[in-house]
Amino acid sequence: MILSVLARRPVLLLLGLVVALALPWFVYPPIAMDIATWALLAVAVDLLLGYTGLLSFGHAAFWGSAAYATGLLGLHTGLPFPVAVLGGAVFAAALAVPIGYLSVKRTGIYFAMVTLAFAQMVYFVANQWRDVTEGENGLQGIPRPLFGVDLSEPFYFYYAGLPIVLLGLLAAWRVVRSPFGRVLVAIRDNPARARALGYPVDRYKLVVFMISAALAGLAGGLSAVSHGSASLQGVHWTTSGQAVMMVVLGGIGTLWGGVLGAGLVVQLEDYLSTAQFNGPGIVTGSVFVLVVLLFRKGLWGTVAGWRRARAE
Amino acid sequence: MTNFLQQCFNGLVSGSFYGLLALGLAVIFGMLGVVNFAHGAFYMLGAFGAYVLLTEAGIDFWLALVCVPVLLAVFGGLVERFLVRWLTGLDPLYNFLLTFGITLVLQDLVKREYGVASQPYPRPAALSGTLDLGLFEYPTYQVFAFAVSVTLCLAVWLLLTRTRIGLIVRASTERPELTGALGINVRRWVTPVFAFGVGLAGLAGVLAAPMRAVNPLMGADMVIAVFAVVVIGGLGSIFGSVLAGYAVGLLQALGQLYVPGLAQILTFVLMAVVLLWRPSGLFGREEARA
Repeated sequence: MILSVLARRPVLLLLGLVVALALPWFVYPPIAMDIATWALLAVAVDLLLGYTGLLSFGHAAFWGSAAYATGLLGLHTGLPFPVAVLGGAVFAAALAVPIGYLSVKRTGIYFAMVTLAFAQMVYFVANQWRDVTEGENGLQGIPRPLFGVDLSEPFYFYYAGLPIVLLGLLAAWRVVRSPFGRVLVAIRDNPARARALGYPVDRYKLVVFMISAALAGLAGGLSAVSHGSASLQGVHWTTSGQAVMMVVLGGIGTLWGGVLGAGLVVQLEDYLSTAQFNGPGIVTGSVFVLVVLLFRKGLWGTVAGWRRARAE
Repeated sequence: MTNFLQQCFNGLVSGSFYGLLALGLAVIFGMLGVVNFAHGAFYMLGAFGAYVLLTEAGIDFWLALVCVPVLLAVFGGLVERFLVRWLTGLDPLYNFLLTFGITLVLQDLVKREYGVASQPYPRPAALSGTLDLGLFEYPTYQVFAFAVSVTLCLAVWLLLTRTRIGLIVRASTERPELTGALGINVRRWVTPVFAFGVGLAGLAGVLAAPMRAVNPLMGADMVIAVFAVVVIGGLGSIFGSVLAGYAVGLLQALGQLYVPGLAQILTFVLMAVVLLWRPSGLFGREEARA
């Protein structure tokens, strides 16, 4: 009874908003910001994986390069940080045009491999182009200007950054619920039929790829401002893998799942690092293996499945 | 000119590793439809296996070259039997994700035990000098690694194209239902084939140990380069994958000579060109476009 009230959409949204607003009271604020940015990255990845049937293993390219672009804007222009973050997202979307154009030529497992390879290319560029990216050191001391408001406290910065994440999530939600989003699902379920109905399948894929990259860039740029740095770690394939891990853990094809997965993985990693556990991948990797083997619908997907089963 | 030839040879040597890894990846994919993300981690385990056998048990390179691939093949067989098999019949993406998780675990286990610093592995005495190739002197070990790789790739190719086992494996790959209907137990070949592919990765690792830094992350970037290689060659084609492996090694080495800053990027540029021109890879069969 209580559960069914909670599960109604407006209640759920309100609950989510309350959790988002209350988060830095319960979680160390920089970690709260990490949860929010990774949630947006996970949702961006799920837009492709869950709603279009494309497993991108290369979103580090967008998250990481937007971090660099945002950092450079922040370091050299003194623009308010939301503008710099937006600049990063635009950069990521632009980078997604050639990568997406080439990647959507393959589907399924090939798509994953191709995106992964192009992301590695971006990684090499970031590593070699030291004049711009500072190579191994990365960009340091990225400022957070916002019309003279003092945001040096992570607690306050969280509330300054959260609207960007929420707007990104809203955009993803709008995409999924739009006619465009329905076409994506049709492409996922039966590409041949979608093509036969006259939809230019590859163009749809490219557009959603760009949207997804822009959202990933928004998240990456905000994360760079939050940490005050942009580094090679952001463009490395482990970042892509981590985002996919969050989606699978939370539940493929459910936007809530990505958010939930991000919260769990960031918390788990934070816990492991404060506990000084050497080799966090042993734990996160094992959890992931178990989820893939036993819980393929992820946490949110499993719960949603129960609810649906009870409703029927 | 000598410089050019020498660099070509360097390219073929590093191509040997791409070729061997692409071969294992292609064999596993061809038979099982599994893209094994953990292939790089198995390669790394091969190198560490040789290192551990040497430092802990005093087992030398030659014995390791036999033992380690066998041990890894057994390990690979277990991974197939207890993990990969669970996902039979599901979207291959789940296998990709599973092997990604396995990679994280293996990599961090080794990192935890040995740290991230590279471990030295001495060259076997018999292969320590240089060889006079007429135009220039070349390290004997590199020549050896190249020879082993070429021989193995050829042997596997012959095995698959000229023997009854190869016939069964290929038939099971291409038409599993029909092969099964002809009375061949297709499932029986799954574990051995997976184990064989993993063994090849392990062998490549042992071969790499005396030449390259033995380090927990050595497989991580390698596996992505090998993915690019098989996309270039055509993942469905074992021949194409191996050939693309050598070609990419060569391309990178020549890139090092002429455009040093861009050498590593060339592989991915080549991949982009191939995707534009032949989306299924140079030797891949054109599949029905979904």
